[in-house]
Amino acid sequence: MSAADPALGAGYEDPPTRVGFFTDTSVCIGCKACEVACKEWNGVPAGDLDLLGTSYDNTGGLGADTWRHVAFIEQRRPPGTEAGSGELRWLMSSDVCKHCTRAACLDVCPTGALFRTEFGTVVVQEDVCNGCGYCIPACPYGVIDQRRDDGRAWKCTLCYDRLRDHTEPACAMACPTDSIQFGPLDELRQRAGRRLEHLHDLGVEDARLYGHDEADGVGGAGAFFLLLDRPEVYGLPPDPVVGTGELPRMWAAAGAAALTLVASAVAAFAGGRR
Amino acid sequence: MKEPRLVPEVEPTSYYGRPVIKAPVWKWAVPAYMFAGGMAGASSVLATGARLAANPALARRARWTASVAIAAGAALLVEDLGRPERFRNMLRVAKPTSPMSMGSWLLTVYGPAAALAAAGDLLGLPRALTRLADWLAAAAGPVVATYTAVLVSDTAVPAWYGARRELPFVFAGAAATAAGGAALVTTTPMHVRPARAFALLGAATELGASQLARRRLGEVGEVYRQGRAGALDRLATLLTGVGGVVTWLWGRRRIGAAVGGASLVAGSLAKRFAVLEAGIQSANDPKYTIGPQRRTVEPGRTGAVADAPPR
Repeated sequence: MSAADPALGAGYEDPPTRVGFFTDTSVCIGCKACEVACKEWNGVPAGDLDLLGTSYDNTGGLGADTWRHVAFIEQRRPPGTEAGSGELRWLMSSDVCKHCTRAACLDVCPTGALFRTEFGTVVVQEDVCNGCGYCIPACPYGVIDQRRDDGRAWKCTLCYDRLRDHTEPACAMACPTDSIQFGPLDELRQRAGRRLEHLHDLGVEDARLYGHDEADGVGGAGAFFLLLDRPEVYGLPPDPVVGTGELPRMWAAAGAAALTLVASAVAAFAGGRR
Repeated sequence: MKEPRLVPEVEPTSYYGRPVIKAPVWKWAVPAYMFAGGMAGASSVLATGARLAANPALARRARWTASVAIAAGAALLVEDLGRPERFRNMLRVAKPTSPMSMGSWLLTVYGPAAALAAAGDLLGLPRALTRLADWLAAAAGPVVATYTAVLVSDTAVPAWYGARRELPFVFAGAAATAAGGAALVTTTPMHVRPARAFALLGAATELGASQLARRRLGEVGEVYRQGRAGALDRLATLLTGVGGVVTWLWGRRRIGAAVGGASLVAGSLAKRFAVLEAGIQSANDPKYTIGPQRRTVEPGRTGAVADAPPR
């Protein structure tokens, strides 16, 4: 299986292999080294220090100043399920920009500030972004956001600078359990498939992949996950869709509405002549 | 052997009730622009109609409404940017996949055309040029009035994306309502008759399409009835309804036309704020994102999730 390379579609003639993340949440220990390494390397502002009262999670979700976010879910599994015996289950997962094959943020950006890199990732050029804010509600994962005192939109770059220096992204390098794996997307997908099979063999029936499928609403994610519950439990959308696919039909509806407007005027003047 | 279940399985539906998507960060200037752009675009259509119907009094006022509204609209667009000094970057590229890029280019044609159509005679420009500008504004106007619906629909916002078929008609109707209403305020009853009909047709289109949108949205449609969005939507309907009735009954008199027209204009403005607010409310509650998506993950189609390894 070969990952569709969006870099080719973006016009790169001989792009390097498409790379991405496979985040295997079954081995995440919630240490947040990824969050810290990301902030350090990318110079992301600290943000407000806040206690949210949601387990060990005090950043809440991805945003302009949080490019890796570790979710903590405390579950009491009912007796009789495979997780067994009513014990507390603690799910942890490090979320990140999905670097979609068909990226809504990139499609709607009117300035070209968001662009597709030669590695198939999606990056904002901070010297071009004019803070129109369109990418923010466009993203089906709620990843990209506006930095309020700055006005521009910010998100994970998949460490574009490090990729160009043939170094893995800071989060993946910092991860002590290899929950965050970086590499060529094709390889990661094969590895994820084997890992899923292994977990199923061990009886972990809840294990599933998320974002690996090129047939999904964003053409497959460049950063995909192995989850132990439904995606919405982790704050992820169950069936994300890029709006661009519907765009021709939207313009058709707008055209019909524009003609209705003209027809109303014609009717208004024709009626006036009677 | 498995033990019997003592408690029903908990169905967690979200992550601590936090939104799945980010709500738009657009402030008051964006709905105000959508109103201004709509009023401008529809006024250009009204102006050309009036010119063809040999009604220069109405044509002149509608042209001025269009050019003033679109100038204000452009200023509002710049005002809402996080980096207003970089507004020029809107014309850095032309991107068919971005309704905002297409809209920016559309405005570079429509704005000058509307201004030229209004001021050409005053400036002593050749009649042919003014005429051309008038036609151009009339052709681009309906798209200026409706592209903003495409712009908001092309997002992950449930109350917008889910209403993508109806929103252009809501916006077209609201645009005609505003243009007709503005003409009723500015033009004497002797000349304003077609604008009255235009406004009433617009109000009917807007209210009808809003109804259809709410029905299509199902569960998500309730955001148009709740909270600030609900209050704004009711206000919009009230103003448009009252404006329509006043115009219908007393629109032949100067005072009736002015009151009715002002109410229609205000209704159109409130409608845009209601749509923005509904979008924000639908984005902030994760159930509107998760619920409809859950239902589209059908058996046989895995969507983003799969329990089996990739082939």
